[in-house]
Amino acid sequence: MSTAAAVQAPMLEVAGLDVRYGPVAAVRGVSLHVGAGEIVGLIGPNGAGKSTTLHAIMGLVPPRAGEVRVAGHRLHGSAPERVARSGVALVPEGRRIFAELTVEENLRLGLAGRRSRDGAAEDFAAVYELFPVLREFRRRSAGALSGGQQQQLAIARALVARPKLLLLDEPSLGLAPRVVDLVFDALAEIRERGVTVLLVEQRAQRTVAFADRTYLMSNGEIRLTLTPTDAADTDRMVAAYFAA
Amino acid sequence: MIVAVVDAQNLVDALGLGAIYALMAVGIGLVFGVLRLVNFAYGQLIMAGAFTLAYASRANWPTWAAVLACFGVVLALSLIMEVAVFRPLRTQSPAVMLVATFAVAFLLQSVALLIVLKVQGQLGVPASAVAQLSRAVTIAGVDIRKVTIVSLVVAVVALGLLAVLLGRTTIGLQMRAAATDFTTARLLGVSANRVIALAVVLAGVIAAAVAVLLTARTPYVQSDFALHDTIIVLVGVVVGGIERLWTATLGGFAIGFASGVINGALPTDKSVYLPSALFTLVILVLLIRPAGLFARGRSSVVERV
Repeated sequence: MSTAAAVQAPMLEVAGLDVRYGPVAAVRGVSLHVGAGEIVGLIGPNGAGKSTTLHAIMGLVPPRAGEVRVAGHRLHGSAPERVARSGVALVPEGRRIFAELTVEENLRLGLAGRRSRDGAAEDFAAVYELFPVLREFRRRSAGALSGGQQQQLAIARALVARPKLLLLDEPSLGLAPRVVDLVFDALAEIRERGVTVLLVEQRAQRTVAFADRTYLMSNGEIRLTLTPTDAADTDRMVAAYFAA
Repeated sequence: MIVAVVDAQNLVDALGLGAIYALMAVGIGLVFGVLRLVNFAYGQLIMAGAFTLAYASRANWPTWAAVLACFGVVLALSLIMEVAVFRPLRTQSPAVMLVATFAVAFLLQSVALLIVLKVQGQLGVPASAVAQLSRAVTIAGVDIRKVTIVSLVVAVVALGLLAVLLGRTTIGLQMRAAATDFTTARLLGVSANRVIALAVVLAGVIAAAVAVLLTARTPYVQSDFALHDTIIVLVGVVVGGIERLWTATLGGFAIGFASGVINGALPTDKSVYLPSALFTLVILVLLIRPAGLFARGRSSVVERV
């Protein structure tokens, strides 16, 4: 990702974001940007404000201050469905698939965020190619899938929306190591397709190695920006940072 | 001493009432699915439709015009309720919304009372436009009121259409998703306003149909029209299982059928025992199966439409 393009038209630009839950400041003055085609990580301990940042971008929680722009258009204050329709897809924490609907029905719901259904068949074929197990089980109820398969479904459901910007909230949470590999492989594949990604994760080292840049967040603030060259040292750096 | 007589006549009448209550349960269940709101004003929508029929009858409108006006008034009221009450209060707690529907219910009922007192005294307004539906035809020695047959047909057709809408269309899929997990549905781009408006409109169409059917059974329209029925249906919906549309519907049918049978079996002077008999049954059911008579034994995320 060239810096010039990132400065010109970042796909996502968050500036001075403040979110409070009652008296608790969950996110304080967060500014970050994700350039078109870039994969950016956001790591930090539980309660750091990572999910809240994503929720504020999606319009799920109202920010007290600050601004969210997607491809230059101001979003904040919009309802979640309008954010989705402007090309932002979220793979939510805990997957949130519709257990009683079939796999295919779950994917069809991903089309709700699109203006047009043209090419939907190709998009379905593409996600089935990415996650063959979903094609095999497409007529089954999604609740019958394993945790890893449900995570694949949640990612596939977001992809059929053809998002300009894909947000992932801890996609590897609660998965077996082998399945985590599968998720990261899929993310690598998604990167090849040129989708812009903001990845929230707790697996610090792996995320730093994988993403173009990674923000480290704690107590509602962004503390550091790491690059893949820091990956080997990530755990030490994070530990040192929080030891204080 | 109570002499119980259950015969074919009685069972057929009970089926008709069951069909009407099943329709009401669908109307209440649809709105509950997407709004998590028990609409206590649902009976007053039906009452408004019944008044429309009654006044259209007084003005000697032809039956088709009276029925059309009934659908128009009920749908308009449903939409006003959605825009003026449900939509602004959607993000409030369920308790706030519940109390708001009580307010709407009593408001509509008070308005109706004023109109009745002014125009007709306390007897109520007869809705003769649909009176021919209450005539009977005799099949195999059983007198069946036409309204019973019409109720069953309307219920079957309405439920069939609804099943197609929910099961085969995109907006139906979106409604089912929204009823299970509204937030996630919205995150995927499902429009909250569209889904809720559709549920309210469908519930309104059903309320109008129920108004026609109930008015054919009970032609004198008063301000408490359909109030008793709504309470019974709400109980039926909870007994059946409010979390899913089809269990709620089955609950509505079951309680309508049960009250029809018990009412027919009890001699007229003993019909005061009906509510106690019914609610004793209800308490027993809820003690044994608190999630609902027809609910599967699962408490996690379930589809509600």
